[in-house]
Amino acid sequence: MSQLSTTAKRAGWRFASSLPALFGVLVFTFLLMRVLPGDPAVFFASGPSAGKEEIEMIRKQMGLDKPVPEQLLRYLGDIGSGNLGRSLTTGQPVLADLKSRLPASLELTFSALLIALLTAIPLGVAAALRQGSWVDHLVRFICALGVCVPTFVSGLLLIYAFYYLLGLAPDPTGRVDIFTSLPPRATGFLLIDFALAGDWEGWRAAAAQLVLPAMTMALFVVAPLARITRAAMLASLGSDFVRTARSLGLPPRKVIVTYALRNALLPVLTIAGIVFSTMLGANVLVEKVFSWPGVASYALDALLSSDYAPVQGFVLLMASIFVVVNLTVDVLYGIADPRVSVE
Amino acid sequence: MTSSTLRHTVWILRGNPVTAVAAAGAFILCVLAVIGPWIVPFDPIASDVANALQPPSAKYWAGTDQLGRDVFSRLIVAARLDLAIAASAVSLSFVLGAVVGALCGYTGGRLDRYVGRFVDVLMAFPLFVLAMAMVAALGNRVENIVIATAIINLPFYIRFARAEVNVRRNAGWVEAARASGDSHVSVVLRFLLPNVLPAMAVQVSLNLGWAILNAAGLSFIGLGVSAPTPEWGIMVAEGARFISTGKWWLVAFPGLALMLTVLCFNLLGDGLRDILDPRMRT
Amino acid sequence: MTPPQSLPLLAIDDLHVTFSTRRGLVEAVRGVSFSVAAGETLGVVGESGSGKSVTAFAVTRLLDASGRVSQGRIRFAGEDITKASSKQLRRLHGAAISMIFQNPRGALNPIRTVGQQIADAIMAHEPISSAEGRARALELLKAVLIREPEKRLDAYPHELSGGMCQRVMIAMAIACAPKLLIADEPTTGLDVTTQKTVMDLLSKITAERGMAMILITHDLGLASRYCQRVCVMEQGKVVEEAQPLALFSAPQHPYTKRLVAASPTATSTIADLAPEALAPSAVSHSPHPEEAAPAAVSKDGLVVSEPPGASFEPKPAASPQDEGSGKTKPAPGTPLLLEVQNLVKRYDRGVVAVNDVSFAIRAGESLGLVGESGSGKSTISRLVCRLIDASEGEILFDGQAIGTLPARDFHRSPLRKDIQIVFQDPTDSLNPRFNAFDCIAHPLRRLLNMKDGAALTARVSECAERAGLPSSLLERFPHQLSGGQKARVGIARAIACRPRLLILDEPTAALDVSVQAVILQLLDRLRREDDLALLFVSHDLNVVRMMCERTVVMQNGQIVEQGESLALFAAPQTEYARTLLEAVLHLGGPTAR
Repeated sequence: MSQLSTTAKRAGWRFASSLPALFGVLVFTFLLMRVLPGDPAVFFASGPSAGKEEIEMIRKQMGLDKPVPEQLLRYLGDIGSGNLGRSLTTGQPVLADLKSRLPASLELTFSALLIALLTAIPLGVAAALRQGSWVDHLVRFICALGVCVPTFVSGLLLIYAFYYLLGLAPDPTGRVDIFTSLPPRATGFLLIDFALAGDWEGWRAAAAQLVLPAMTMALFVVAPLARITRAAMLASLGSDFVRTARSLGLPPRKVIVTYALRNALLPVLTIAGIVFSTMLGANVLVEKVFSWPGVASYALDALLSSDYAPVQGFVLLMASIFVVVNLTVDVLYGIADPRVSVE
Repeated sequence: MTSSTLRHTVWILRGNPVTAVAAAGAFILCVLAVIGPWIVPFDPIASDVANALQPPSAKYWAGTDQLGRDVFSRLIVAARLDLAIAASAVSLSFVLGAVVGALCGYTGGRLDRYVGRFVDVLMAFPLFVLAMAMVAALGNRVENIVIATAIINLPFYIRFARAEVNVRRNAGWVEAARASGDSHVSVVLRFLLPNVLPAMAVQVSLNLGWAILNAAGLSFIGLGVSAPTPEWGIMVAEGARFISTGKWWLVAFPGLALMLTVLCFNLLGDGLRDILDPRMRT
Repeated sequence: MTPPQSLPLLAIDDLHVTFSTRRGLVEAVRGVSFSVAAGETLGVVGESGSGKSVTAFAVTRLLDASGRVSQGRIRFAGEDITKASSKQLRRLHGAAISMIFQNPRGALNPIRTVGQQIADAIMAHEPISSAEGRARALELLKAVLIREPEKRLDAYPHELSGGMCQRVMIAMAIACAPKLLIADEPTTGLDVTTQKTVMDLLSKITAERGMAMILITHDLGLASRYCQRVCVMEQGKVVEEAQPLALFSAPQHPYTKRLVAASPTATSTIADLAPEALAPSAVSHSPHPEEAAPAAVSKDGLVVSEPPGASFEPKPAASPQDEGSGKTKPAPGTPLLLEVQNLVKRYDRGVVAVNDVSFAIRAGESLGLVGESGSGKSTISRLVCRLIDASEGEILFDGQAIGTLPARDFHRSPLRKDIQIVFQDPTDSLNPRFNAFDCIAHPLRRLLNMKDGAALTARVSECAERAGLPSSLLERFPHQLSGGQKARVGIARAIACRPRLLILDEPTAALDVSVQAVILQLLDRLRREDDLALLFVSHDLNVVRMMCERTVVMQNGQIVEQGESLALFAAPQTEYARTLLEAVLHLGGPTAR
């Protein structure tokens, strides 16, 4: 019980200490708007032909004539009330756009993380258990190679192999092919929505579309995860407490799973948090390669057409997700490791 | 002295063939980056629409792109830009990171806690997104790619230098130096930094690959370097349009170039780390 | 089946263990034979590198992957276990032979409760339910005399003290009633008082349950008090085996003789520690210790004592130390060199490391500072050395208040060269990027502004020679030197500027006993030659008694007792000092106390 309360305390403390960073991101995105070339008012004007008066009026409306600190306060107020501005390209409020596109990104990221963890942990454990064997060498080779292949290249090569050469994968654009009708939107996660609707054919189609991008992203993070699993497993296999367990004649399974692996998973958990945020970044590349209708490709399109409100919203969204991920990792770590309260 | 150092290095490399190969690869890359433009068989920019989208052949070793430019020549010429971006970004963050990190690690206390916390937070942030936003804010130019890459690398160096200095801060030889009349500043500069720098140099090698990937990623999504300039990220981006029709060489060769470059620097870094500190071998 | 009574429980016959290292095969155990009878306690004593722990791990077949038994037999209850399959071994482990390790906290799984771990040990051999396991674990915790066992059952190792962790380890080891318990340095790293309670518990339990025990230790005193028979190991071989009383009163083998002499006793003096200081085996030193096989390197690898130094400064004739007391008592009128008044050191979060401490040292006097870990003695050494600032209180050196100048700026003080320090861990105290010459020359360059040249070189070699470091070693880097050699570099560095006060922070704690003996003699000689005042910080009461005329006993940051060493050690006035003294082990066999 006391462990839970210390975990909660720790999570609270961590949350509080990540607030300055979040605030920093807010200020950063605010400055982003100010520093950006051009007058923001022009972007919000009705069109390129807007007259001087109109722009002047918008400036007043947006408060651009006020001193910068006041503008910052207004901006923070806007964010607090959920007003992230309007996208010029889609004409929609940024918040609405992000909301409708976020599930696509998360579905991709989560499936990739799942694939990566399910591959990396067994690989790392196998390598550590047979250190120096061919399994170990193979895993180390995969790790060395894995971190060198850029995501956008591996994605394109996967398309070449599975779509062009083998014809196994569907046309690599979007979340479903044009012939499948979308399920009623419940969560926005297509796999879940199709399952809820009982449309298993649609589910298969969505899954087929998901496989290649998810694999691409997973490939990118399998290497660091497997590497840390292997190292952590080697460390705990060589530790004094595993030697103790052996000296007491504990069954090998118990020694490996309960004593070695459980301890080895602690650093893996920490790295998984970092890996997740790396994946959020890699989303930009993968979504572009696969024309995936997620938040990252939305922000990228906006960025390239000098539409800055969505970029700002996107950065904020990423910052909030990252705070949530950090908290989750902290809480999990607090549950998994009784020592954390001591530090 | 130098000849014995050289002999020692050769002796070490003989015991680490992988590192030796990686070092040779890195050396060749650097040479190509310098002399590339003078040795390539074709002009990397001149288009020749008649020969567009040719698969690899004896004449065009890596095929031609949609404008008929020789992919191989473009690959070689691109090495300079890609390496220059990564190298300048990494050296920028190395210098800054070493100083700030060493300072924090040695003083400890509140400053250290704040900086440490900030760095941890920054490291967990989706750095690619940060770089993207920075390039967007500062302007879509190559210098800004360098700055953005440097900034997202900075936390790693700060953290590394800080940790390395911190474990040595209370070492007997540091206290002994102070008992021998050294001030704090002199302890950091003459004792701690020399002990930390080799390990950090290894970090540089490992980091260079990552920086190259980041810069290429940024240009892949259309930031930084712009179109006719040969650069690996852009070449992949241009080739991406033709992958569904089976023109694999447009993506595969620049991809391979990126991969081999990063692999070289990573293996070199790993090898150097093993040579410097065999205990860190994993 | 042969009746087990006629056989020893464990018989080791010509055991060889080799390790494959980067430099090829290294033989760590080279033909060891001994046996243990049922219920007997055998001590295996040796210094680091003697192969004593490797022998233990070979018996339990828990050697690292790189090590293997290359020759010889280990018979347990008549069966050769060098050929046992891993399945057979698993049945032996815990149920027939179990082990207790050094560093008890590390030996327990940090993320599993103590109760679960004990239950794991039982359930590895007996098919019982987890509820039964828990009940049995509770019984075992009671058996190892842990206070509030019900509460501890659900504790994690980090919530227990080192001594309690070792009790838990003992509980796990005896859970399945093994016939043989192997304790590998079970009390190293624990405080003296804890050390005693843990050892008393171990001997009580083995006696009650009729278990045999092999006690592996570097501490002759420990072995002599708790063992019925002792084997002495050196460089992978057993050199002598006897009953403790016989062994320590009349050692036969030269190595044993040296070891016994070097081990401080209740009455020994500095001069007694190495009577055969010039024994041939100690003089030879390998020019390239890093290339020689570990077994071939002599412990310190060095000229042990006097000769070269004798040419510098003639010993003051007929001074008291020649009578063998090893001490000089400054005349009563000697002025105070160091005066510490009401010193307080507070750290963040209200931790008070040093609380209102006052003491004084006269010029040329040696003051001992003893206490267990956490007593604040190391903090005091750093405060006095002006490496850290005190929160309150004054430090007077030669009548001058030196605490007023912040530690940050003390390197500019003209008194900097007068207060020098020798650190505990010789490896940690040398800059890995400086060779021995630069290490010693550094203070000369900084504090005396000496420039590179003949004068500096001469001064450095003089200091090195006075510290017993051959000048041929000056070009070496720390990793190319042995522990004792590194300690000598550290001492040479500290005396380079001819300080008036030398602070010794556990200077021999990381060294083997035979090396400790020569280093102590060296320090004592230097002190007499230079009329140095010493602040000798140590947890080892025997050493302090020999080295210092006066002793300060500390506990929890406060002074508990201080006085003349002779009087204090003969008749301690406070309860705590008495407990500390009683826990000290002296040679002389189980009957000695």
